[in-house]
Amino acid sequence: MPAIQWSNDVDAAILQARAKHVPLLLDFNAAPV
Amino acid sequence: MYPNPDVSKFITEHFVPVKTHIKEQPAVFKRFGAQWTPTLVVFDPDGGERYRFEGYLPAGEFLAQLEFALAKDAFAREQWGDAERRFRAIAQRYPKSDAALEALYWAGVAKYKAGGDPGALKETAEQFTEQYPESAWAKKASVWAA
Repeated sequence: MPAIQWSNDVDAAILQARAKHVPLLLDFNAAPV
Repeated sequence: MYPNPDVSKFITEHFVPVKTHIKEQPAVFKRFGAQWTPTLVVFDPDGGERYRFEGYLPAGEFLAQLEFALAKDAFAREQWGDAERRFRAIAQRYPKSDAALEALYWAGVAKYKAGGDPGALKETAEQFTEQYPESAWAKKASVWAA
């Protein structure tokens, strides 16, 4: 299973979610990225 | 992060995933009101916040929460049948999870919203009384039993 392709650009991800009509999962974390 | 293959698969298949680190992007934390880590927030495609949960969860509980977020999204879009199906699936797939009882409650509400039949709420209250009488959700549903 390939690793999740996390974005770290919130605004780009918001636009991508809207364009793909897919929900956005925003992970606020303190663990190493 | 998220080494569990089921979690990775579910996130990849159902979300645009974005991760923000408290030390690297504190402004993003402030913007969305994240006060602790980990915090996970699910937004609908138009940017409306649908669900938020805080604190670490083991894989099964975490998956249940993600599925719950999608069910709440369907509910918010007034897709009652889809929402009910999703809520019931959570209760069946993750019966020991914290999300299961809340899902059962909302499955009853979605069914009621779909048809306007108060019997859907009464059935739900009876199910709580029989199966989970000590739960907080049983107390919430108890008003429907009369």
